[in-house]
Amino acid sequence: MSRLPHINGERIDRSRTVEFSFEGRRCQGFHGDTISSALAAGGVRILGRSFKYHRPRGLLSAANHDVNALVQVRRADRSVPNVRADVVPVESGWDISAVNTRGGLAADRLAVLNHLAPFLPVGFYYKAFHSKRWFPRWERMFRRLSGLGSVDLHAQRQATAKRYDFCDVLVLGAGPSGLAAAVAAAQQGASVLLVDENPAAGGSGWYARGAQDHGAEQTSALIALALAQPRLRVMLNTYAAGYYADHWVALVANDSMVKVRARTLIIAQGAYEQPAVFRGNDLPGVMLASAAQRLLYHQAVLSARRIAVLTANSEGYAAALDALAHGVELAAVLDLRAAPAPAARSRVACDELARRGVPLHFGVQPIQATAQSNGELGRFQYQAAGNAGARQQLELDGLWMSVGFAPANALLHQAGARLSYERSVEQFVPAQLPRGVYACGKVNGVYGLAQRIEDGRDAGAAAAGLLGFGEARERTPAAPADECPTHPYPIFAHPKGKEFVDFDEDLQIRDIENACQEGFDSSELLKRFSTIGMGPSQGKHSQMNALRILSRIRGEPIERLGTTTARPMFHPVPLSHLAGRGFTPERRTALDAEHEALGAVWMPAGNWRRPEYYRIAGKSREQAIADEIGAVRTRVGLIDVGTLGKIELHGPDAAEFLERVYTARFANLKVGMTRYALMLDEAGVVLDDGVVGRLGAESFYFTTTTGNSATLFREFGRLATWWRLSVGLVNLTGHYAALNLAGPASRAVLREHTGLDLEDAAFPYLGLREATVAGAPCRILRVGFVGELGYEIHLPAEQGLGLWRALLGAGALFGIQPFGVEAQRMLRLEKGHLIVGQDTDGLTNALEIDAPWALKMDKPFFVGQRSLRILQRQPRRQLLVGFSLPPEAAQRPKECHLVLDDGQIAGRVTSVGYSPTLARCIGLALVSPKVAAGKRLRIRIERGEEIDAELTRPPFYDPAGERQRLPGPA
Amino acid sequence: MKLMTCPINGPRAISEFICGGELRAPPDPQAADDALWADYVFNRDSLPGVKQEWWCHTPSGVWFIAERDTATDTIGRTYLYPPAMPA
Repeated sequence: MSRLPHINGERIDRSRTVEFSFEGRRCQGFHGDTISSALAAGGVRILGRSFKYHRPRGLLSAANHDVNALVQVRRADRSVPNVRADVVPVESGWDISAVNTRGGLAADRLAVLNHLAPFLPVGFYYKAFHSKRWFPRWERMFRRLSGLGSVDLHAQRQATAKRYDFCDVLVLGAGPSGLAAAVAAAQQGASVLLVDENPAAGGSGWYARGAQDHGAEQTSALIALALAQPRLRVMLNTYAAGYYADHWVALVANDSMVKVRARTLIIAQGAYEQPAVFRGNDLPGVMLASAAQRLLYHQAVLSARRIAVLTANSEGYAAALDALAHGVELAAVLDLRAAPAPAARSRVACDELARRGVPLHFGVQPIQATAQSNGELGRFQYQAAGNAGARQQLELDGLWMSVGFAPANALLHQAGARLSYERSVEQFVPAQLPRGVYACGKVNGVYGLAQRIEDGRDAGAAAAGLLGFGEARERTPAAPADECPTHPYPIFAHPKGKEFVDFDEDLQIRDIENACQEGFDSSELLKRFSTIGMGPSQGKHSQMNALRILSRIRGEPIERLGTTTARPMFHPVPLSHLAGRGFTPERRTALDAEHEALGAVWMPAGNWRRPEYYRIAGKSREQAIADEIGAVRTRVGLIDVGTLGKIELHGPDAAEFLERVYTARFANLKVGMTRYALMLDEAGVVLDDGVVGRLGAESFYFTTTTGNSATLFREFGRLATWWRLSVGLVNLTGHYAALNLAGPASRAVLREHTGLDLEDAAFPYLGLREATVAGAPCRILRVGFVGELGYEIHLPAEQGLGLWRALLGAGALFGIQPFGVEAQRMLRLEKGHLIVGQDTDGLTNALEIDAPWALKMDKPFFVGQRSLRILQRQPRRQLLVGFSLPPEAAQRPKECHLVLDDGQIAGRVTSVGYSPTLARCIGLALVSPKVAAGKRLRIRIERGEEIDAELTRPPFYDPAGERQRLPGPA
Repeated sequence: MKLMTCPINGPRAISEFICGGELRAPPDPQAADDALWADYVFNRDSLPGVKQEWWCHTPSGVWFIAERDTATDTIGRTYLYPPAMPA
């Protein structure tokens, strides 16, 4: 309600005024104010509307779980939804409004939902959506009513950096215990990273003062000590979003994510103060005492004029003293406990309050808080012990709750800690920690400033000691608490309800009861059915209270109920931190730019991009491809096959290795010759194919298919290791370019650039030669994948472009044309050559592809051979066959169209296309043996129509294979 | 992210490794009957416990054996294949 004069340690800079607007109203604050604190200083106490009932809500925690104070911030450059008003520092020029209201925060028309609450029972969504008939209507309605801020679809893309970091000891939380732990570990020589989500270190050591300075002084001394450690780094405004295996922690800062590998981890994340549950506990003005203290000591803002403190611990008494010290009128201190705590510090506080004339009541039972006409807190009704049950009433504008804490143990859970419920502090504490993980401070069940500092120091020393910095030693258990900081059941039902357990999802006590009555009475089921803890605060202020209610209903102690599983992310992480660049690079061959200049239309092949065909002005895609095919069949064509896997194999066992990997025989392959190579897996399924050439007695050069090259090279390495063969494998895939020069005129073109004797006698079909072509050292394989006289030329990648241009230059006279993958696919289809992975699938074995010549079953061993022996004795499951359509056929099948037999599925088309060479449609299909034995194929094409094709044994073109062996007319 | 120790390169993030399956001794293809061979090809022992697995450190291409407890997903010893004979 007002700004105080300077307070020691305040985070605001009074010399820098910040001007912004909220809900259309001009507001002011100082640099260092959060949105909420600046508004509070200006007397604005209604910050938002609740998610379900649209009740007015104000400040609750000021600790990053005020989900009813989410705002939309319109800045000059973009509009940002769901900004957390309780922690985000406000900036000049911001235009701020509450999220999800209809007609503004003050006059939200959706507030009518508050009166419809009886018709919106727990599990309402599940029940509403149950009926198929009503589903669309409900869906439209809910989409309009629910949701939070609105996404700015025109926002500029923001780059969020990902960084990696390493440290010996990672300390999460820079409160008193975390600071002490970090200092202790650093003093023993460990490198320490200390992380805190707040803009300054110190945590509750800074704001939970109890009107005294020594706590803050001790804390600031610790901070100074930490900053003086050369091996200690501090990261502020950063939260730990998740723990992953082997101490790998995701830290999220404003505009970056840091992935830290820590050798040990100290979790000192403290505890969340918990609300009391009573009717009206959500009214603006009712807040956690720690929130009021944060406002007071961080921004010098008083949140109310006349308050009461509802408490059950010494922290509440300290807050009461803070209120008094700063001029707040303290109407009463209302203690839920029957008597003051025996602890010395509580007695001192009691005496002080009595001396100041503050009424002190014990055994208090809240009845309800009610609002003034403006919707803010006006009155609090309660019963106190020793008053014959009479209702009492206080006129107030602030109620500070300090009834207990829930440990911030999400990361402990994620790290695999086993937790147990400790009665002396009424909270879960770690019972068993994984190696290298430590907990200290409130999350470890230790309260009281001195005790927390001692606990932190001990954890820091142990964490460093485990790594050999200083002495290795066990943790010293903390001294038992002298006062329980948490009330076991701060929950007070009211016949008229509206006692809120979860402020995110507007859940009341009866919602939990009803969910249990419907059978959802375990913590996991309760969460899913009621959505408790599923809002943006992820149960930080609701999970423990819900568990306490569930425990009462079930009549079982909390420790037997168990908590819900905590998974990353622990706090909502902006999608911009998670989304981002893909890490699958696209590979390009050495000739990529040349293809682009020639008008290539690109297509993906494995992780490469390859020219599908080359665009020609005035011609359609089909015409352009037919031209390319025609050039290879009648003249000469050139294709970039640099994407093939290219491997060199050396060593005394090189031939033996190939004998085992591939189905063909290689021991007898002559130097300077190549052979088709088919690779199977252990089950006899076709994995890959390629060409193996022999360079020397103990060295080979061979190719694999484009898509498999990386995986296969790796697998070759494993097999060589496993078989203990003396071989060396070199992956030349990226180092070498490869061109296939094919067509009747290919020999004439090649002759222009090499002195190598290309005549059949000197360089026969399937030969391999090493020679200089256009000045580059090349390996030339005379192969016939496309079924014409052809030369596959492999050479160092950096010389690929020179050769490509030289061949195109020399070929101009012969009408040479570059061709793409589509033309190559048709050329090979005309020859009936299969493509592994297209004409085969993950179950196609080597007996089904009609290549018995490739299988040397009489070899002693090859991978898959033993399984083929078994399969040989069994009937075939499917067979790869060729088919063709009559030239006049108007309708054509597509790949994956079904082959039918008596109306039943009997196979599928694997490759199909129109062959300009044969002037008809041809294809391959995997079909049942019965269909393969027939004469015709019935294929179901689009729109359920069926056509007939003729079974034709491949090759469709040049069945004798004469063209690839014999020189062309040139 | 987990860490794994490559016998050549030392501890590295698990994203640098791929698993090549369990290290298993095939039966003698000549001597084994069809049932035994099919069992080797198609069946895997999925009982949780300590398994010897092939792992590859992909940036360097080093294949090695890792002993991994599949019940707890903890990685024990890692060593090159074949394991060195005890002295």
